[in-house]
Amino acid sequence: MTFNRYRRGLFITSFLAAPVILYLVYVISPNVQAFYIAMTDWRGVSATPAFIGLENFERLLGDNVFWKAVSHNAALLVLLPVITIVIALFFAFLLNVGGRQGVSGIRGSTFYRVVFFFPQVLAVTIVAVLFQQVLRPDASGMLNGPLMALGINPIGFLSDSGLAFWSVLGVLVWQAVGFYVVLFSAGLASIPKEMFEAAQIDGAGRVSMFFRVTLPLLWDTVQVAWVYLGILAMDVFAIVWVMTVQQGGPDWSTTVMAAEIYRNAFGYFRFGYASALGVVMFLFTVGFAILSLRLSRRERIEY
Amino acid sequence: MERRRRLGPLGVLTHLALVIWTLLVLVPLLWTFLASVKSEDEIFGSAWSLPETLRWDNFARAWEQAHIGQYMINSVIVVSFSTFGTMLVGSMAAYVLARYPFRGNRTIYTLFVAGLAFPFFLALSPLFFVVQNMGNVPLIGQFIGLNTHAGAVLVYIAYSMPFTIFFLAAFFRTLPTSVGEAAMVDGASHTRVFFQIMMPMAKPGIISITIFNILGQWNQYQIPLILLQDRDKWVLSQGIADISTAAGYDADWAALFAALTLAILPMLVVYTVFQRQIQSGLTAGALK
Repeated sequence: MTFNRYRRGLFITSFLAAPVILYLVYVISPNVQAFYIAMTDWRGVSATPAFIGLENFERLLGDNVFWKAVSHNAALLVLLPVITIVIALFFAFLLNVGGRQGVSGIRGSTFYRVVFFFPQVLAVTIVAVLFQQVLRPDASGMLNGPLMALGINPIGFLSDSGLAFWSVLGVLVWQAVGFYVVLFSAGLASIPKEMFEAAQIDGAGRVSMFFRVTLPLLWDTVQVAWVYLGILAMDVFAIVWVMTVQQGGPDWSTTVMAAEIYRNAFGYFRFGYASALGVVMFLFTVGFAILSLRLSRRERIEY
Repeated sequence: MERRRRLGPLGVLTHLALVIWTLLVLVPLLWTFLASVKSEDEIFGSAWSLPETLRWDNFARAWEQAHIGQYMINSVIVVSFSTFGTMLVGSMAAYVLARYPFRGNRTIYTLFVAGLAFPFFLALSPLFFVVQNMGNVPLIGQFIGLNTHAGAVLVYIAYSMPFTIFFLAAFFRTLPTSVGEAAMVDGASHTRVFFQIMMPMAKPGIISITIFNILGQWNQYQIPLILLQDRDKWVLSQGIADISTAAGYDADWAALFAALTLAILPMLVVYTVFQRQIQSGLTAGALK
């Protein structure tokens, strides 16, 4: 009996050792260190960084570029989920229950789902370089080429500081929509068909069917989508860093928190300050998580 | 009667919306493929002109001079090892945490799952120095420090743990206990029960999360950006990002488009073959 308990303990230890050690060394320890480094003036060269208390945090309060970055993340946090979810819900509804009689799917729905989902599979850096070319400000751009051929002035999708942010948002939506179409389709598929048929017998049209039947039954999945897209909006990095002019420009008009953290750490070698920015980013992320948990407390519809 | 309904004004608008989004997705990709066989002059001449001759040499230059071939091989090496490692240690940890009550079980599980809430950029600077210090460890340091693929693999595995364990632990909890217990009575060891009974039973979950990790790690950009700064060690996502950012005005644009095409096509092929598994693999996590 003792032997069996010993074997069980040995088994548990041997199975947990590798993952726990890797996780402690590469995830837990850097995250914990970040809170301490945030209170130092570390620039990576001095062996012992000086402790400067909350000085980095005082400085970041007056850092206009960082607050610009925060405002862009905040705008994305609202716009990216709303736009993506609305478009994806619309398509998922059309593909699954938008067809004949408003109950079955539309013809070719598999084809559309396959095509829509594809951008999700591409690396973000590929998408970034791809759209850098598509949005070029001269006749060689995929969009500006035809415009100029028609005699219209070229649009500076990425070079106009008033427009660049919207281009970033557009590309993020372009990549995300397909994933949520598939996600919502899976949600719709789990709703019994009789629900839609019953609503139809009661005389519901497609529009009222969507708002009165589909949306309430899909509400759980929509909340999941909102959280996922919120996290995506907080973590945006590669699209901005690779696609935009001057990595967050022009004129800081597209920069985000992650880009400023990277720039301060590996561009200016201000590791202490970059960690302080990281702590602020962490607080915003936790804030968002708590907020979405609070808001999502709503009764679940059983069926 | 049926046909009339389907082709009514609403039906036409429906199809129109779907066709428009299809074009939005496909046209940029097709345009890139087209540009990859054009000459430099044709690319800058006008965006939509057709190439006079198909210039396949663009691909040779992308593969050789832009090192896309090298980066792709690096990506394959890193992702093969990291996904295998992630699935091995991730499923081991998930299984033990899901099935073996012991003191500290809850704490370890919570610690792993809490990782989901921490933005990667909080750990950015300290992680760089942690890996740099790993390079000073006697004997093995030279293999796992900065600018080593093995070092990057370990970091990929560590950062894939939260989601992998979260998902697989939930999956292992749903499996019946009776089969494993019967095998134990017959004298099978804990390890043997795991590898020969539980793993095969968990196959659907394992496949989903493997696909999830392969794609996530293949597309990874920020981890290699800080840990693999040596050009020879770069992975594909870094190589692609660099062609347009660093090269500037004297960039070889034709080769850029060829490189993009080379990066997209394998994904397109893999996706077309496995699209069903990929779609369910990536969305599985969200529906848990």
